[in-house]
Amino acid sequence: MYNVKVFVTLKESVLDPQGAAVKDSLHHLSYQSVEDVRIGKYIELTLKKEDGDIDAQVREICEKLLANTVIEDFTYEIEEVVPQ
Amino acid sequence: MRFAVVVFPGSNCDVDMYHAIKDELGEEVQYVWHDDQELSSFDGILIPGGFSYGDYLRGGAIARFSNVMNSIYEANKAGKPILGVCNGFQILLEAGLLPGAMQRNEKLKFICRQVELIVENNETMFTSLYGKEEKITVPVAHGEGNYFCDEATYERLVENKQIAFRYGTNINGSRHDIAGITNDVGNVLGMMPHPERAVDELLGSRDGLKLFQSIVKSWREAHVVSS
Repeated sequence: MYNVKVFVTLKESVLDPQGAAVKDSLHHLSYQSVEDVRIGKYIELTLKKEDGDIDAQVREICEKLLANTVIEDFTYEIEEVVPQ
Repeated sequence: MRFAVVVFPGSNCDVDMYHAIKDELGEEVQYVWHDDQELSSFDGILIPGGFSYGDYLRGGAIARFSNVMNSIYEANKAGKPILGVCNGFQILLEAGLLPGAMQRNEKLKFICRQVELIVENNETMFTSLYGKEEKITVPVAHGEGNYFCDEATYERLVENKQIAFRYGTNINGSRHDIAGITNDVGNVLGMMPHPERAVDELLGSRDGLKLFQSIVKSWREAHVVSS
């Protein structure tokens, strides 16, 4: 079995209106040292172990559905675990 | 002319769309559930607004993998008119039938009011009854209508005359005030404003009706031989 952690983030070239609002709020709370805030998504997948390339499969899942590659980048971490 | 209004779980402008076609435009119209595969008997496909699949993940991201999408790709190959409004526009973007992507509105507010649009290209099958640069009033109702595309894509949109509508005043942060675009061959239109909610003076404007009349005009010219 695999536990997969997927991180979806906005591309650097894309403005992040949510991040900008959170940054303003942090400044209001007097965290003036905060220079930038970017908001993304964290997704956990649990996959059964099957034949085939797990890395390629996760990449395909991200490209097809989890991220919109027009505006988003993604990274992932795959961890193999033994089911209890 | 026979229109299909595609209904997803969470669509909420489907009834408005149906009403606009049946009662104001006076053409045939039928609801098609997202699980249905068959669209070949229809002449035009309308994808209404709403929150398909609760906008989970991203607006339109899950809807684009529903069964009906295969028939929409077929309809596109056949050159049939396909109109996506609001969430329908988001679905067309996610499906890759139109270029670009949609983001949260710049000010993060849900915007629900009448806006002024400028008809940039009145030579499409959706806009032929409008004048060039005609200013029309149509309502918007969206939280994610901030259109994004990279500069190279924007240049292609301009070059191919794919920008159908721009906002008179940029309300949501959309790149270059873009409110609606077509695909490169011109049979697919996606727009955030709701023409189906501007088909009667009672609704505050009937400027949207010409969009549907344009579709019918283009279809008649192609399919009906005058006697």
